[in-house]
Amino acid sequence: MNSTEESRARSEYRRREESITLSAVEEQIEDARATGGGPELLTLNFGPHHPATHGVLRLLVNLQGEVVRDIKPIIGYVHTGIEKTAEDKSYWKVIPVIERMDYLSYYFNSMAFVGAVETLLEVEVPKRAQYLRVIHMELNRIMSHLVWLGTSALDLGAISMLWYCFRERERICDLFEMSSGQRMHTRYFQVGGVIEDIPVGFAAKLAEFVAEMPGRADQYKALLHRNEIVLNRLRGVCPLDTDTLLGLGVTGPLLRASGNPWDLRKAAPYCSYGDFDFKIPVGTVGDNYDRYAVRMAEIYESVKIIEQALAGLPEGPVMTSDRKVALPPRHELATSMEALIHHFKLVTEGFRVPPGEVYNPIEGPRGELGCFVRSDGSSKPARVHMRDPSFVNLQAFSHIAEGSYIADMIAALAMLDPVLGGIDR
Amino acid sequence: MPDATGLELIGQELGDAVLETVFFRDRATLLIDPQSIRSVLAHLRGKGYTFMASVHGVDYYPEEPRLGVVYELLDMGRVDRITVKLRVPSDAPEVDSVTPDTPQGAGWPTCDHQEREVYDMFGVVFRGHPDLRRILMPEDYEGHPQRRDFPLGGEPVIFTYNEPHGPRSQR
Repeated sequence: MNSTEESRARSEYRRREESITLSAVEEQIEDARATGGGPELLTLNFGPHHPATHGVLRLLVNLQGEVVRDIKPIIGYVHTGIEKTAEDKSYWKVIPVIERMDYLSYYFNSMAFVGAVETLLEVEVPKRAQYLRVIHMELNRIMSHLVWLGTSALDLGAISMLWYCFRERERICDLFEMSSGQRMHTRYFQVGGVIEDIPVGFAAKLAEFVAEMPGRADQYKALLHRNEIVLNRLRGVCPLDTDTLLGLGVTGPLLRASGNPWDLRKAAPYCSYGDFDFKIPVGTVGDNYDRYAVRMAEIYESVKIIEQALAGLPEGPVMTSDRKVALPPRHELATSMEALIHHFKLVTEGFRVPPGEVYNPIEGPRGELGCFVRSDGSSKPARVHMRDPSFVNLQAFSHIAEGSYIADMIAALAMLDPVLGGIDR
Repeated sequence: MPDATGLELIGQELGDAVLETVFFRDRATLLIDPQSIRSVLAHLRGKGYTFMASVHGVDYYPEEPRLGVVYELLDMGRVDRITVKLRVPSDAPEVDSVTPDTPQGAGWPTCDHQEREVYDMFGVVFRGHPDLRRILMPEDYEGHPQRRDFPLGGEPVIFTYNEPHGPRSQR
């Protein structure tokens, strides 16, 4: 086939493709109305065990032909009562269970919780611990976005992306394993600092990863950014404006995709985020493509933050010196009676927290992750509540996907990036 | 956060609706009369607190009024947060829902699922909520599990019924 024939065939194909719009369906509905018959609706149960729902999410979808008219999300299938469990554990034992809520952003869950407890205790966290927290949180953000990118691309039909993204995720998990001994749910953040300093070789391995990651992200972009299928599936699909999103309480990349640069790391810096130079990627129209592009850009920004935190990592302790909160160093147990008593009290009873209530919001990979802790003065929290961004953002889903094709609904759900462990808790 | 003086000023503007102002760890909290929740939130929205960050329940067992509902408001322009709290007794745990639009002011659509969660977990009934059903627990579940006097554990393992304790065990 010569080039003119090829281009004619191509444009013919494009012409036919572009002729497919919702207007044909609308006409059918109008015809049905005119002849007295109402539009025929089909209620479709979607999930809970469906690979495209990214967990155990059930959707009741009302379809008119292929067009989504109404969505009712039904949740609670993985509700495990973690908030209730937390009320029965001393503060330092709450950290492991709270990390299991949103299982892709465990560092953020523990940060929201320990931040709230530190505020109640008025404990000062050493600078080195804050920088280590930033490094791990940003690694976690990249990891969470990689899982999102891999699974979302899978929903769009790009199977190979999953393997590439999980290849890099493995390296991040290796780093987590190096610093804490666990790949997921690491219990690395403690009230007052982090459990231990990074081991020898961690910095070098991290530097190697940080140097390589932007190149890897460039490769993903080469595969996706101008991919005809990705553009057709995402661009201009399911947009939602800033005001509606704000009314629905949506935060994070979804809100930033609509052009609102709200990011708690910049707006109300916590944990030394003010020390770092990074940008907040924003979109313009808030369609699925913007949601995709914002998260992609965030990967680069997180790499920049890690680079700076690693370069400026201060020397010093990684745990507060307050022995009422922090475990004494191991070597002191054999020589100091005081240390032994503190160790015994901390491990058996845990530390007591002054009575009060604190809501501590941080910027998770999916939006504002807030932890509400109420203390009644004992060594167990009287109430722990996680304001999980997935739970709140899910309310926007019916607004986002109504009026689109069912295939676009799948793409919109992928771009919403819900984690059902966080929604159901 | 508004500072302690700013909080007092807001409290004075709202008058009798405010029962107590608490300034704790640089965080401002208004404890208000449950009857006036819609007007208080409408007033705060007029002052710039236009974003409802979170709604959650608290159980102050054994104190009375026992059940608390906490609204976390955020002013994105000034990066300012204020907490509005109300408490309702356990024998009449009712409060107006702030989800729908009402004559007292526009609604807060984000409260929809969160009020359902508070109802599910604590049994606080939100009057006027468009769709007040359980959200996380099964529809036929009895009791409100986040209450402090609700026993921990004891949920029977399904199809075995070998768990001797708990509210739903089959003896």
